[in-house]
Amino acid sequence: MSSVMANNKTADKQIAKQKGFAIDLKTWGPFVALVVLALLGVLINPAFLGLDNLSNMLTRSAFIGIIAIGATFVITAGGLDLSVGSMAAFIAGVMIILMNSLVEQFGAGLTTVLFGVGASLLLGLCAGFINGVVTTKGKIEAFIVTLGTMGIYRSLVTYLADGGTLTLDWAVRDIYRPVYYASFLGITIPVWVFLAVAIIGYILLNYTRFGRYCFAIGSNEKVAEYSAIHVDRIKTMTYMLQGVCVALATIIYVPRLGSASGATGVLWELEAIAAVIIGGTMLKGGHGRIWGTVVGAIMLTMIGNILNLTDAISNYLNGTVQGAIIIVAVYLQRASWRKTGP
Amino acid sequence: MPSIKTVVATLATTTAIGLSSAVVAQEYTIGVSIPAATHGWTGGVNYHAEEAKERLEALYPDIEITISTAGTPGEQANDLEDLVSLRNIDALVVLPFESGPLTDPVRRVKESGVFVTVVDRGLTEEGIEDLYVAGNNHELGRVSGEYIRERLDGEGDIVVLRGIPTVIDDERVEGFQEAIEGSDVNILDMQHANWNRDDGFEVMQDYLSRFDNIDAVWAQDDDIALGVIEAVRQADREDELFIVGGAGMKDIIKRVMEGDELVPVDVLYPPAMIATAMDLTVQHFVSNGPVLGKYILGSPLITEENAEQYYFPDSPF
Repeated sequence: MSSVMANNKTADKQIAKQKGFAIDLKTWGPFVALVVLALLGVLINPAFLGLDNLSNMLTRSAFIGIIAIGATFVITAGGLDLSVGSMAAFIAGVMIILMNSLVEQFGAGLTTVLFGVGASLLLGLCAGFINGVVTTKGKIEAFIVTLGTMGIYRSLVTYLADGGTLTLDWAVRDIYRPVYYASFLGITIPVWVFLAVAIIGYILLNYTRFGRYCFAIGSNEKVAEYSAIHVDRIKTMTYMLQGVCVALATIIYVPRLGSASGATGVLWELEAIAAVIIGGTMLKGGHGRIWGTVVGAIMLTMIGNILNLTDAISNYLNGTVQGAIIIVAVYLQRASWRKTGP
Repeated sequence: MPSIKTVVATLATTTAIGLSSAVVAQEYTIGVSIPAATHGWTGGVNYHAEEAKERLEALYPDIEITISTAGTPGEQANDLEDLVSLRNIDALVVLPFESGPLTDPVRRVKESGVFVTVVDRGLTEEGIEDLYVAGNNHELGRVSGEYIRERLDGEGDIVVLRGIPTVIDDERVEGFQEAIEGSDVNILDMQHANWNRDDGFEVMQDYLSRFDNIDAVWAQDDDIALGVIEAVRQADREDELFIVGGAGMKDIIKRVMEGDELVPVDVLYPPAMIATAMDLTVQHFVSNGPVLGKYILGSPLITEENAEQYYFPDSPF
């Protein structure tokens, strides 16, 4: 008995000793990894720090970043959404078809674009609702439900495009184009949207009842249910939030190239999930961090960017480098988790 | 009331007629196995395969064509087995997903006595197929390289965007490098853009921030080229360079036709080659001329002057 207590005491002491340092690494781990990666980028090619390059990279990371913020909620509440990439492609396809068909009625003006944007948000909300309801009411694993919808949306966009590529009307494109390319105060619009979504997400997850319910459900669904939390409703809401995030990402994606095809958004779901995990959210749920996710998304884009800035590494090995960096980044963080306990 | 005799006689004659007509009009089933429309070019393949099916079936009532599309090499191998065992095909037209993994499945189809036409991607073993129909990847690279070399007067800095790492990509790059060999055309870097618009956009953005001077871009593929165009437009560097794509996508052909300075030419590598292959395979059954060997399509340079003949506004590609 006494030996157990002694053990506990030393363990406590150890925790206390490490706490100051460990908590820092836990919270700041992703940020540290990002800085290290950025230093690596500068060493490889000074052009990395060029204003254009930084702007390009951040703008690019906005798609995955916005989607990943939605995914943070779903994963924190113990769910999973594999359909986001296909959903983005499908929404992009419908948006393009809708806007092209509205040109005759409203002309290539703001109205047409606004209709497209509205349709996108509505579709995202509905798609998320379907994922949520089938998962919770149908009592089917989220993995299976969203794997199913992933296939459905992917084939629907291929069908809509006749196996080819849907292209936005040139006149509409000229009006819509600034949404991706224009800047405000020197920062591009997609980055502003990314930032806004991150701030809203942060408040929602950490300072509202909804956020606390997400944590509770992800930690233990049964306990949450006994605590009078409407588990099904909250979980469905996380999927709807994810849908809206996908819609927002699509709204800024479409003006970039003005096209959608079966190849749009392939593997975005994996990148989004990876960004969430790199950021320190637990895949099994119960713990989520928005800013970590933001950093994770930027890191993923940065790896690709750095690899494009050098020819020192064989192109064939790009995937190896990406994989290794992701594993190391998460390992550093989890190693500190293990020492301090859950 | 007709006697039993007449009834029997009528029955007999009708059966005989039925039988004889069945014997005369022997039906042939042709299986077509192609990759699913995962990017623009395969989308074009799907479109032209469907068009050819409709046209050929209308022309030859005895020919039945079944098209199956596969998302992965493994799926395509399953498709081939099903075509033989379930559809009982007389001929197979196959555009292999990848050369290596499908060589053996195609060989097994051949061993069951089916006429085999291989399209675009050659098998890794010689002598399996009866007929080989393909574009010329090496030629596509060479034609592109020669154009860039001439246009730059043998001197300049260029960047290259490669496709998905495959034999096709290797052959194109090889042909390209041979064409610029010995000149002062200098390749600054080559990165894979996977025949994808988004990747083309991102790789080109990074080239533009890395290199202050780029004289020409070899994008190798029209999907990549469209991404490249956007990146160049964003950086406001349209006046400094020109872009050479490849394949013959309608959007690019249209630009060439209109005399776009940024995209002055394109090099043909038509997805409609699947239709050529289907036509030839049908000829094996209906023509008295021999259909065997290799049928290699040219990869001509598409310029403002001849662009119109390669423009198909109704095709999805």
